[in-house]
Amino acid sequence: MSERDEIFTKVAEQVEPFNKKGITLTDSTTFAGDLEWDSLTVMDFVAAIEDEFDILITMNMQAEIETVGQLVDAVAKLKA
Amino acid sequence: MTDLFSKFDALIAERKALLDTGVRDPFAIVMDKVTSPTEAVIQGRRTILLGTYNYMGMTFDPDVIAAGKKALDEYGSGTTGSRVLNGTYQGHKECEEALKEFYGTDHAMVFSTGYQANLGMISTIAGKGDYIILDADSHASIYDGCWLGNAEIVRFRHNSVEDLEKRLARLPADAGKLVVLEGVYSMLGDIAPLKEMVAVAKKYGAMVLVDEAHGMGFFGENGRGVFEEAGVADDVDFVVGTFSKSVGTVGGFCVSNHPKFDVLRLVCRPYVFTASLPPSVVATAATSIRKLMHAADKRAHLWKNSKRLHQGLRDLGFTLGTENAQSAIIAVMLPDMETTVRMWQALLELGLYVNMARPPATPAGTFLLRCSLCAEHSDDQVGEILGMFEQAGKAVGCIA
Repeated sequence: MSERDEIFTKVAEQVEPFNKKGITLTDSTTFAGDLEWDSLTVMDFVAAIEDEFDILITMNMQAEIETVGQLVDAVAKLKA
Repeated sequence: MTDLFSKFDALIAERKALLDTGVRDPFAIVMDKVTSPTEAVIQGRRTILLGTYNYMGMTFDPDVIAAGKKALDEYGSGTTGSRVLNGTYQGHKECEEALKEFYGTDHAMVFSTGYQANLGMISTIAGKGDYIILDADSHASIYDGCWLGNAEIVRFRHNSVEDLEKRLARLPADAGKLVVLEGVYSMLGDIAPLKEMVAVAKKYGAMVLVDEAHGMGFFGENGRGVFEEAGVADDVDFVVGTFSKSVGTVGGFCVSNHPKFDVLRLVCRPYVFTASLPPSVVATAATSIRKLMHAADKRAHLWKNSKRLHQGLRDLGFTLGTENAQSAIIAVMLPDMETTVRMWQALLELGLYVNMARPPATPAGTFLLRCSLCAEHSDDQVGEILGMFEQAGKAVGCIA
């Protein structure tokens, strides 16, 4: 498993508790559109991701992240 | 042509659906007359005000009113200018002197509103490459201050010391950091654990700004706010506040002991690029602030009112935002929009005004009726308020 795949798997695990509709996750799944998350769900999810990877995703960065794939790439970059 | 207003269609439809059910618009109340800090006439009915933030009841204080009238006569109706040009009168300096005395600080700066004070302070002192660390439930003026500036913005879970520390620990050690906290959070009326939070912020080398909008006047020995009561005054770098709550007029301020504080008068855009407060407003503010220094009896009565209303509402069976009365705000939690509006209207028809609050202004998607007490509410009025809550709650079916 590549490092990116490992991050994807961990991100998917964190999405699960908030994935009310049971959407199948791909790189192009969007948080606002496909998962239908509101700003409060995003806040909880971001905090969970930050704690899982021991990183910080600033609100400035969050504004640029719309899909699961973009988040996985951002996490990979922040961990590097 | 794309109508730029189409983005508001969902909100317009939701509002129409609500009003079509026959309820009154909770966001379009008109006070026909205001007869005291605690009573008004709304649609011909005498109404007790329980949603004004007029904590210390200074709006009709005879000394405050006399000072405003005198300034109006002597200095005119407005300054027509910025603080840094023609808009600083003797009264603005006197108001800043009153703040310095009230807070025991070296510096004070008066803004035209409390909103602008947060907007200006946060956007100016945290710049590109710096970090702002804020509570997720922060007031809109704090968020807007973040958006106006160029700093990196990091949020922590509401009132969680552990979450704050985790985030501070992940930041670059040598980066500039500003931790923004509020003494009282205005939606639920809960207070921040400032002793622990300020200690953590200092441990990681952050500067600390505390917004005491809802704490000024009645927390701490001198009424400075929650930070005074928590005993952390020496470690708080900036205190932001407003004149539109306990002080009883309009305006905002920041006080500090930072030796370079006054440079902000030149670089803080929400201070520079707007007109200063009218002379009558700063005169009323200065008089009120000086009187608040000696308002121990009023403070005691306000706390008595808050504790009695909290206990009384609990005894009636309402669910409240906090376990005990932590501030002068008491939030009555309700299950949904419809119940909240019905309850709000039932209270209004009985002669009680409270604030209705709904997402996104409220935390975690909650609906609530927010009550804010006043030091001028009499014991009889608090009794009347509890009676109206009982009657309305039973009529609407919120309580048994």
